Amino acid sequence: MDSVYEALVEIVGPEHVSSQPEELFIYSWDLGTTEPHRPDYAVAPRTAEEIRKIVQLANKEKIPVVPLGGGLSLAGLAVPFKGGILLDLKRMDDIIEVNERARYALVECGVSQGKLTAYLERHHPHLTHSEPGAPPAATIAGNVVIHGQGDLAHPYGFNSDMINGLEVVTPTGEICQFGSCAIGAGWFTLHPLPDVGLFLGWTGTTGIITKVSLRLFPCKKIRGMAQFVVDDEDLVPEVFYKITHTQMVEDIMATSQAIPPFSSELHHFTINIAADSEKELEFKLEIVFDDTLGEYIHKGDGGYLGFIRGLERPQLSKTSDWRKGGGFEYVGSIMPIEQYPECYRRGKEISERHDIPYTVLARCIGTAHAMMFSWTYAFNRADPKTIEHAREALHETDDLALELGGTIWKPGLYGQRLVMEKLNPNTLELMRKIKQLLDPNGIMNPGNWEAQ
Amino acid sequence: MYALKYDEDTCLKCRTQDCLAKCQYIDIDKESAKKEILKIAHGEDSSVLHDCVTCYACEEYCSFNNHPFYLIVEKQEELDIPPLPRPIIKRGIKTGIPFRGEPTIEKINGRALLMGAFADLMHLIQGKLFEGLPVISTDPRKMFHYFCQLMYLHYARNSVIKERLPKIIKTIAEHEVTEVVCFHDECYGTYTSYCPAIGMEVPFTPVHFFEYLYNRLLELKKEIKPVKLKVAYQRPCSSRLSPDKHRFVQAIFDLIGAQTVEREYVDENALCCGGTMEGQRREGSRKRTADLRRKNIEDMKNAGAEVCVFNCPACYNTLGQMLVQSGIRPVFMSDLCRVAIGEKPEGWR
Amino acid sequence: MMALADFEYGDTIHRCFRCGYCKFPVDWTDVNNCPAYARYRMETYSCGGRLWLTRAWLSDEIDWTAHFAHIMFSCTACKNCEAKCPLSFNVDILNMITAAKGEMVERGTIPPLVKEFLENIQRHGNPYGTPKAKRGDWLDGMGLKPYQGQDYLYYVGCIGSYDTRAQEIARALGAVLDRAGVSFGVLGVEEGCDGNDVNMIGEQGLFEVLAEDNIAQFKDLGVHRIVTLSPHAYNAIKNEYPCYEGDFEVLHYTQLLQCLISDGDLDISKGFEARVTFHDPCFLGRWNGEYEASREILQAIPGVTFIELEKNRESALCCGGGGGNFYIDFLGGSPDSPSRRRVREAHETGANILAVACPSCLNMLEDAVKSEELEDKISVQDISEIVAKACGITA
Ligand SMILES: Cc1cc2nc3c(=O)[nH]c(=O)nc-3n(C[C@H](O)[C@H](O)[C@H](O)COP(=O)(O)OP(=O)(O)OC[C@H]3O[C@@H](n4cnc5c(N)ncnc54)[C@H](O)[C@@H]3O)c2cc1C
Ligand code: SF4
Ligand code: SF4
Ligand code: SF4
Ligand code: SF4
Repeated sequence: MDSVYEALVEIVGPEHVSSQPEELFIYSWDLGTTEPHRPDYAVAPRTAEEIRKIVQLANKEKIPVVPLGGGLSLAGLAVPFKGGILLDLKRMDDIIEVNERARYALVECGVSQGKLTAYLERHHPHLTHSEPGAPPAATIAGNVVIHGQGDLAHPYGFNSDMINGLEVVTPTGEICQFGSCAIGAGWFTLHPLPDVGLFLGWTGTTGIITKVSLRLFPCKKIRGMAQFVVDDEDLVPEVFYKITHTQMVEDIMATSQAIPPFSSELHHFTINIAADSEKELEFKLEIVFDDTLGEYIHKGDGGYLGFIRGLERPQLSKTSDWRKGGGFEYVGSIMPIEQYPECYRRGKEISERHDIPYTVLARCIGTAHAMMFSWTYAFNRADPKTIEHAREALHETDDLALELGGTIWKPGLYGQRLVMEKLNPNTLELMRKIKQLLDPNGIMNPGNWEAQ
Repeated sequence: MYALKYDEDTCLKCRTQDCLAKCQYIDIDKESAKKEILKIAHGEDSSVLHDCVTCYACEEYCSFNNHPFYLIVEKQEELDIPPLPRPIIKRGIKTGIPFRGEPTIEKINGRALLMGAFADLMHLIQGKLFEGLPVISTDPRKMFHYFCQLMYLHYARNSVIKERLPKIIKTIAEHEVTEVVCFHDECYGTYTSYCPAIGMEVPFTPVHFFEYLYNRLLELKKEIKPVKLKVAYQRPCSSRLSPDKHRFVQAIFDLIGAQTVEREYVDENALCCGGTMEGQRREGSRKRTADLRRKNIEDMKNAGAEVCVFNCPACYNTLGQMLVQSGIRPVFMSDLCRVAIGEKPEGWR
Repeated sequence: MMALADFEYGDTIHRCFRCGYCKFPVDWTDVNNCPAYARYRMETYSCGGRLWLTRAWLSDEIDWTAHFAHIMFSCTACKNCEAKCPLSFNVDILNMITAAKGEMVERGTIPPLVKEFLENIQRHGNPYGTPKAKRGDWLDGMGLKPYQGQDYLYYVGCIGSYDTRAQEIARALGAVLDRAGVSFGVLGVEEGCDGNDVNMIGEQGLFEVLAEDNIAQFKDLGVHRIVTLSPHAYNAIKNEYPCYEGDFEVLHYTQLLQCLISDGDLDISKGFEARVTFHDPCFLGRWNGEYEASREILQAIPGVTFIELEKNRESALCCGGGGGNFYIDFLGGSPDSPSRRRVREAHETGANILAVACPSCLNMLEDAVKSEELEDKISVQDISEIVAKACGITA
């Protein structure tokens, strides 16, 4: 009998460990284009304590541990490249506390975006979190781990900048806390203790986050989405700057895609606006669309397409079914906003070369401090040729993101390699040392961020 | 090839200048109106070409059927004075491009209901009222093969209409239909007003949706139970192209026992839903539209309307949410008729 | 053996992205609304997991195993996934799972309990393997008439006929219909299995036999209208029998009772003092869109304080009994079992009665109340019993 298996059963109980081919098959696959790799065990722990024991076991046995949240990051970031224990964290899904006054939610790592959204809507309707456009099964922790961005990215930045505290199981099996919670105070601030920002952006290679305290923000009574359209990509950065200058809106995105035809070669802005009263709403619409964007409208260069009340939260993404193919993957980049036109033009070329209808999106982060610009490539899961095309397009796009002066967001292995090649050598060396120090046996999500 | 049947002489002789004098969106006296309309006829720039909100109403106001509105939009296009910003026009024009394969043509040999570009609203044509009536354009993926294109009047792109419409007419005709009941009265307006005005042939007989509903209700008269609701009607722009059929609104209300409220903005004086106005280039369009909508709904509310009845899905989309907020229930005419014969339309409580 | 290319859904099954919308209830409150996923919390047990495994199996990427079969047959056919998957092929996702089960039946590679379930039905006309002769036992002393041309055939189904607890509700309903003066008759020992769960297990051949036998029998007896105790039978008769030329007017009993009550044909003035919550059965709710009849009945009963479960109507969490699971019970045995989750949810509402409208839900949830040791806090009662009490009928 397999002793690791038995030890895992001892830790989490027989129903939450599997080494059966079905679980190993399912957990070998990412939803994107990454080739599958089978784990040896799939484990669904319930507590940080169980995780601690699992990590200790893995250290003893020198086998990999790969944390998995919703599995929706699409770049192969939780594919067990070197086998080992796949940790499905979604059973850890309690919302532990919502603090109305300090405006935060303390959640276990497996809490899904959908659950938090629904919970806040029901119990704390005047609070909201920055929800990413991912399907609702994505987890809060998985999203901050990869520096995700949500629908409050314009006013408040990356979701990983909204952390008030973390609980982490380190690769050697210690449970640590960071932020005010670490001194036994509430979970209301990450600062001003000495900074040990070692867990964000590392895609689970430096530890397993078990609890997150996430900032919540005021949720106004009326929330809705206005649309604005331009036909000249060179105008897009300017429009972003102008809207952000008003400081009156929530999310700002620009999209362009080949299909359906009405969106092709046009750039549609979606601009979320929130207000507590009709008066406030009209005031904001006036400032944004009459006073700020009115000049484009009058000249005929930009069109206002109206304001629709109500936001679709969580969003229903049908991207995977565009060509009835069941798959897509995108390269995301964090980019200066002024690069929008080039990102769009060059991306469109890549898509056309690979015979994939182009789809690009830019989301404003901060007050136009940057944008997340993504290039999406759909493929047909039943047709390996199209998967190959998409994979090539993705790699070319990783190259492009760096060439245009941006950074790749949540890069897969290929992109990670490109980034590490460009990284300041001293920084890379420091990263290597940190990783060595935290994870001497290299068990955590191996393959990722492996500096040679 | 297709030329607008406009007669300058008629305008010269005209003593009312109703087309512009009655316009709700341009403040102009009769004398200037005459000047402006003639300028337009001569292809000269006119303030009207800049200020027209494309509400279609002057087509109805002109009692000589001289097509002032079609003239205005033709000249807007000729002189490159588009009412809407360029990106909205591009977007709109691309919207009508079919991109998901060819439609399946079923031969009908008789009367049929044409959904046009509203194949996704099949839930509105259910029940006894539509029993036995074959339907054309039932697949949302293929519906732009049946799109009457008249929307491009709002875009001052008559050229697009003229270019695409013959193909659309051909597709409909391939179904071998004799009478075509038009679900949307924009289609009806296209085939009974616009096509004759530019000399485009229509090889079938269009039937107005409300006329059809009215006649069908007469057949089902025994089953009608008065709906006893206080109703207001949102008249769509395209209804201005078939003013002779507008009477069926009241006729249906009378038949089903709906009580029309007394309001200011009815019939000739009806207000546009603002769907196209909101994005126009003319200074202050967004705000003007917001005010217009408020005024329209206030008027319904003050008149005591419980329900606002719609003909056009686009109006329904622009006004529906605001109406609900004001405590008025938006409903399509066909659904109201269904209620009258004891049926329960989707979502009706 | 069938290859992917021959599979009825061979050209669509790859369209599942495994995005997981299908795990949620309508308002996204948690990821536990696929009862099988709620129970095991491994991706394999979610709808998307099943679809990916099925595709892999049919394209020979994985082999059949008992565990794979367990994963497939633990699907209760509750339709939550279909309600939530936003993609246009959602109408077929459950059919894909059922077809895969069917392929296992075809190949003869099914779990022993499933085999037993099917064989019992084949041999004895019921899943329990109890002799057919005992099917009418529940009628003892009731004085109900056999069906001979009355307005309604009262179709009871296997659980109501054989299960001791469910027999009580079969009798309660009989008494209520009698009290209301409804003209109806029963089949007693002559009744056959409706086949709904056989169909959900994918054993189409057996289902066809059952449906055709029942249809022939109903037609012979001149049946036009049927009222069923179980939503499962209601579903089969309403949606499947017409494919075999069995066109009957069929009502679930809650629909009939609602009419009787609102027409004043049933005196419920004795009332029922309780705080009542209601669990929507999948085959009434998500399968047939009937959410109101039960609620209207309960709210009409004097003394009832009605409290909604947080997850109600389209969002209801399945009791875990569908797809034959009331018998094979692949989801039982854990605090995570859907039935136990459901009674905890019911308990949280503050209700002291969990009302059901299905003998399968009754069994599942009553057992769960015991496992949760909530017997003195909440009890499970079928609407037929509650109405009987409100009519002053004592068992
Ligand atoms: C249609 C679609 C739209 C999207 N839109 C957005 C968007 O608008 N904004 C956005 O930010 N993202 C978006 N995404 C990307 C992604 O889905 C989200 O960022 C998501 O929140 C990732 O969370 P997850 O739980 O799925 O993470 P996973 O994919 O499960 O994990 C991501 C990485 O984090 C690691 N990890 C997971 N949990 C932990 C943990 N507890 N501790 C340590 N490491 C862990 C994993 O090993 C992996 O490396 C989108 C994805 C899709 C499919
Ligand atoms: S268009 Fe008609 S109303 Fe206007 S001036 Fe000419 S004839 Fe008169
Ligand atoms: S279309 Fe309307 S706005 Fe334009 S001129 Fe005619 S009546 Fe006036
Ligand atoms: S069934 Fe639909 S919702 Fe569920 S994982 Fe597949 S595609 Fe997503
Ligand atoms: S029918 Fe129910 S049990 Fe089966 S996969 Fe769908 S949600 Fe899960």
